[in-house]
Amino acid sequence: MSEITPDLVRHLAGLARIDLTEDEVVRFTEQLSVIVDSVAKIANIIDAETPITSHPIPLANVFREDVVLPSLTQEQALSGAPDQAQGRFRVSAILDEE
Amino acid sequence: MSELIKKTAAELVALMAKGEVSSVEVTQAHIDQINKVGDAVHSFLFTSADSALATAKEVDRRRAAGEKLPTLAGLPIAVKDNLATTDAPTTAGSKILEGWISPYDATVVTKLRNELMPILGKTNLDEFAMGSSTEFSAYGPSKNPWDLTRIPGGSGGGSSSVVASFQAPLAIGSDTGGSIRFPGAVTGTVGTKPTYGAVSRYGLIALASSLDQIGPVARNVLDAAYLQDVIAGHDPYDSTSLTQSLGSMVEAAKSGSVKGKKFGLIKQLAGEGFQQGVKNRFAEAIQLITEAGGEIVEVDCPSFDYAIDAYYLILPAEASSNLAKFDSVRFGMRVTPEGNPTIEKVMAATRELGFGPEVKRRIILGTYALSAGSFDKFYGAALKVRTLIQRDFDNAFSKADILISPTAPTTAFKFGEKVADPLAMYLNDIATIPANLAGIPGMSIPIGLADEDNLPVGIQFLAPNYQDAKLYEVGAALEGILEGIWGKRMIDFAPNLEVK
Amino acid sequence: MAKANLMDYEKALELFEVVIGLEVHVELNTKTKMFCGCRNDFGDEPNTNVCPVCIGLPGSLPVVNRKAVESSIAIGLAIGCKIEANGGFSRKNYFYPDLAKNYQTSQFKDPIAYDGQLEVEVPSGNKFTVQIERAHMEEDAGKLTHIGGATGRIQGAEYSLVDYNRAGVPLVEIVTRPILGAGSEAPELAAAYVRSIREIVKALNVSEARMERGNVRCDANVSLRPKGQEKLGTRTETKNVNSLRSIERAVRYEIQRQAQILADGGSIIQETRHWHEDKGSTSSGRPKSDADDYRYFPEPDLVPVQPSIELIEKLRSELPENPAAKRKRLAGEWGFAEMEFRDVVNAGLMDFIEEAVAEGAKPQAARKWYSGEIARIANSEDKDVSEMNITPAQVAELARLVESGKINDRIAREVLSAVLAGEGNPDEIVTSRNLEVVSDDGALIAAIDEALAKQPDVLEKIREGKLQAAGAVIGAVMQAMKGQADAARVRELVLERANRA
Repeated sequence: MSEITPDLVRHLAGLARIDLTEDEVVRFTEQLSVIVDSVAKIANIIDAETPITSHPIPLANVFREDVVLPSLTQEQALSGAPDQAQGRFRVSAILDEE
Repeated sequence: MSELIKKTAAELVALMAKGEVSSVEVTQAHIDQINKVGDAVHSFLFTSADSALATAKEVDRRRAAGEKLPTLAGLPIAVKDNLATTDAPTTAGSKILEGWISPYDATVVTKLRNELMPILGKTNLDEFAMGSSTEFSAYGPSKNPWDLTRIPGGSGGGSSSVVASFQAPLAIGSDTGGSIRFPGAVTGTVGTKPTYGAVSRYGLIALASSLDQIGPVARNVLDAAYLQDVIAGHDPYDSTSLTQSLGSMVEAAKSGSVKGKKFGLIKQLAGEGFQQGVKNRFAEAIQLITEAGGEIVEVDCPSFDYAIDAYYLILPAEASSNLAKFDSVRFGMRVTPEGNPTIEKVMAATRELGFGPEVKRRIILGTYALSAGSFDKFYGAALKVRTLIQRDFDNAFSKADILISPTAPTTAFKFGEKVADPLAMYLNDIATIPANLAGIPGMSIPIGLADEDNLPVGIQFLAPNYQDAKLYEVGAALEGILEGIWGKRMIDFAPNLEVK
Repeated sequence: MAKANLMDYEKALELFEVVIGLEVHVELNTKTKMFCGCRNDFGDEPNTNVCPVCIGLPGSLPVVNRKAVESSIAIGLAIGCKIEANGGFSRKNYFYPDLAKNYQTSQFKDPIAYDGQLEVEVPSGNKFTVQIERAHMEEDAGKLTHIGGATGRIQGAEYSLVDYNRAGVPLVEIVTRPILGAGSEAPELAAAYVRSIREIVKALNVSEARMERGNVRCDANVSLRPKGQEKLGTRTETKNVNSLRSIERAVRYEIQRQAQILADGGSIIQETRHWHEDKGSTSSGRPKSDADDYRYFPEPDLVPVQPSIELIEKLRSELPENPAAKRKRLAGEWGFAEMEFRDVVNAGLMDFIEEAVAEGAKPQAARKWYSGEIARIANSEDKDVSEMNITPAQVAELARLVESGKINDRIAREVLSAVLAGEGNPDEIVTSRNLEVVSDDGALIAAIDEALAKQPDVLEKIREGKLQAAGAVIGAVMQAMKGQADAARVRELVLERANRA
């Protein structure tokens, strides 16, 4: 059995900033349990010595020279913003009122 | 139906170069077809007929003035809607990006513009390319032109159906686990996933950064080669972009041959559990390759049995991080709940309503795979499986020049058939995923129709890293043999869409 | 918020052993950002030094700044670290509106530099070796402005505004291992350590190293354990400590605060605390919880960083002299009194004096100018000596003019003012203002004879051997010469003329 519980799904949704409905919590708990049980079998073919591969192609040392490239204008930068003020992106308060 | 839209990209380019047809005529013919079948097939999320015609006019003017033009100048094209464009909205098939206009062009889009190719519009996809059917597009699914009750494959079902229904001679796709090749197989078209890094990802809305690769969608191998030659090449804006040239795919396609080459039949993907009609066509293709002087050897890739499992950890993990930027601050949708919500609550409400179910499912799964305590068991372990898959490929390519398998276990399935069962849906990609995990190039070409349902079947060729040219050599050769037998192209078997 | 009870500092040290740990963020002075070609300059109009990469637009990709990597390696080498042969970047995932991608591209398992050490001297002269765990590369976040509510603070703000000009600016974070055994000098050691890092990055010229501008920032971890206990106590991390003095005060405050809590039988919460310069106290930030599950994983959009031995050795060969070693050397070479030298160092004048000496000034003369008149004027104008409009070469020239007797001290001060006012080099000013000392003995003698004639009583006294009486005549002569005479020469001539007449 997998360790996926509704509480874990709620916790993960919190980390991922998704305000799941209770229906979704139930459905995802079931679906993720199935998926997690299935994918957990990869533990069967690997061991501590197997190296990891995070990049498909073995490149290294790709750098950019320290040369200024054109930036966006302020207008372009803000063009997709849902809300803006004073040349800045505007967001709701960060903390709850205390 | 206009004769022009039935022609291949190579034919249209030749006609335009000779002055026998103008780019405006070619572009208008495709716009007419979009107007005719567009609603029924629902391939496009946005069409840009006016700007396409403006580019076409410009090409005609410059050609008339005797200017030397790029090879594909004047040839219209469709672009998958996960590539950033400055003159059309880019949604990635998601509500969260509805109406977003990028302030910059993806590198591939810039290359198309430099090639003077009129861009007809942005094609549909599963939301953020998560899916195999376009059923997860927030804007409704695209239809398979062979049977409008069936899926056109995914995630790039918009691009495959556009090409299969003659709305564009070429399209751009992106392939993270098969999103170019699977739609190609089920729509009777050709799709290539180049070697990872061969085409710049700059401006491609990332699904899984280490798996994503942009590639060509076409109706035949030579056309795909033309497009790959245009979009490939080093990009200083993409750190994972290859620096070396992989050579001319067009040359490879033109010199196509299977003779003397060793084809590795992957034991794990030889057809067990696959639809009978798929197996039959695949067996015939093997027979034809043998008759043409190719040698078949069996190769064993035992870790492929775990490829889907590793993939469904790596992809959600990377995606959960890549999609974190969709937070309502700098672009895209914002949902503000009642009261005086904090930014945290605004973000969570926006992401709840802005993302569809598959995206949320994968974000939660990926968050889990990366979380403290799970990392080694899931994400870390998946990266180890990736090493094993690469080793299996190394071993297989020591015995064979090219590996082969059916592209997909089934032909196009009906809408709704798998949408509620994530695992069943994930199995569509069983043959295509290993290439993404290893970075290697793969191509799907049509090899006929399945006996049961008269729907297209595809064969997949896989080549070692950097050897994309080999795909075009053998793909063009087998395509030529099959067209010789059929007396016409695969796509000419497709039913005429006489809608509206 | 109630003010915390603080235990008497000496008593706290009797009961507890202090363990500190320091995380110093150094902002690099590269021309461009860490992962994109935007200008590394965040004082400009908001959101003008930004691009799809640093505001995290969909589809954008990072590319590493070569200079930032080389600067990071240089820092690592200067603090005695080993350099990672096969490192890379990781993503640190957390949501915050100043973090454009909602992950920070940082380093996790394989920092560019690790296992270093730094010898640090505290004001008492005691020396400590601080073990450095790692130095890693990362990117800065954007800048939040909180609107509404009280005094622009995050608490009670109605909304916030984000400027991403600073987002993606390259940082190197230097992390120490736990520092034990500093005892009552732990606060001084913390400040001295940060001062050393600041000096080093400044000497390397990889950072502007201005703490007041946030180029060097320090987070101070403090924990206490009862004397004799093996296990380390729970630590707090005090952020926002942006001057050497605040570091010292914040560490001292945390020692006293934690000691009182522990003595009262309470326990310390592992948390982030904020330093308030105005109140001289720290306050609780958010507690550490599983919300700090950063889900690090290798950054798939970047490839490994594998510095070659050749590059590392090249950077090592280019390292400037270690600032502490340099101080020791200069103290010997200049021969200042110990107090004089310490004052020079504390006032941040060492480098200026060194440059002036290199330009030909005598060390004492350069010291006198910098710690005297120049510092005085700077102070009166509320400026830093570095902001004064005079170069070390000009100071050296000024000193030379005095030494050669061309001008006297009083005139030199006038010349200095003129230099500061932008009138040119000392030489030019002396010429253009005609300030050179009158060295024509004829003119002086005429003036002396006239003065002696006017004051026969003085003449008499001089002749009687009462040489101090000559002062009155010298004064009169200097006045007649409008100060432009060498007082010593005038005195010689006065005595000569008096005895002759």
